Amino acid sequence: MDALLREYLPILILLALAIGLGLVLILAAVVLAIRNPDPEKVSAYECGFNAFDDARMKFDVRFYLVSILFIIFDLEVAFLFPWAVAFGQISMLGFWSMMIFLTVLTVGFAYEWKKGALEWA
Amino acid sequence: MNVADYAFYLFAFVTLTSALLVTVSRNPVHSVLWLILAFISTAGLFVLLGAEFVAMLLMIVYVGAVAVLFLFVVMMLDIDFAALRGKMTRYLPIGLAFGVVLLLEFSMALFVWVQADGAVAMRQAVAPDPGQVENTRALGLLIYDKYIYLFQAAGLILLVAMIGAILLTLRHRKDIKRQNVLHQMWRDPAKTMEIKDIKPGQGL
Repeated sequence: MDALLREYLPILILLALAIGLGLVLILAAVVLAIRNPDPEKVSAYECGFNAFDDARMKFDVRFYLVSILFIIFDLEVAFLFPWAVAFGQISMLGFWSMMIFLTVLTVGFAYEWKKGALEWA
Repeated sequence: MNVADYAFYLFAFVTLTSALLVTVSRNPVHSVLWLILAFISTAGLFVLLGAEFVAMLLMIVYVGAVAVLFLFVVMMLDIDFAALRGKMTRYLPIGLAFGVVLLLEFSMALFVWVQADGAVAMRQAVAPDPGQVENTRALGLLIYDKYIYLFQAAGLILLVAMIGAILLTLRHRKDIKRQNVLHQMWRDPAKTMEIKDIKPGQGL
């Protein structure tokens, strides 16, 4: 257990350095930079016009479909990782259960392709 | 206290703080960013528990994909959040009631729950010693044959999610031209092109 955590020590050090550097940069901007704001300086600047509209706007629902399909195949690949790592010692049942899992998701993939969910527009 | 203990307190503090900020921050996009920080520090907690694979999965699936989905949802809703915030006092009592119920359930699970004698031993027998075999390999040896039904159920749930998402959101536009690759490749030049010999000075 300790050996496992020791391998993660460089990541912890990197994390500490990144947080420290980020804090130093932000605090340096707070302490050192000259700030003299007035209403015109801090107002939104959009090529000379006043801002027309709110920045928040409706996204097309198709983005949502694409990212949901991405998550599903992401999870499929996540299930493949332990299977691949333990491949040498896995039982025959384990091998075929993954094949069935892949077949089920391939059925879904074929459906998705046939329905045209992969095409834009 | 060694480094692991300090790291635990750091990650636990960051997780709780960012989870609190998810609920109280004014801008929903900031809420999503705090949620990402909560996911990352939870991944650190999982590493401290020795569950490397779950930690990395949290990074890839939750930080990489689910957070993006949440951002899409926040963008897609197009709700006037300033108007919603005015109703905070109306929903505060019911939210507090939910919180109290949840707290009671947690404290029951921690203090009142009585475990059978063999329960702890049965739970520990499942996973191999983390010193002997690394986390991902141990998972690979367990989930594909010992927990095959749950694994196949996960596959079916993914299939249902895929079909559901397609049925709910896929709308084909009828008013645009589409590219049909096979149609293009099978086009015969002899049938699509006609060469006419036109005499000079005459029309077609």
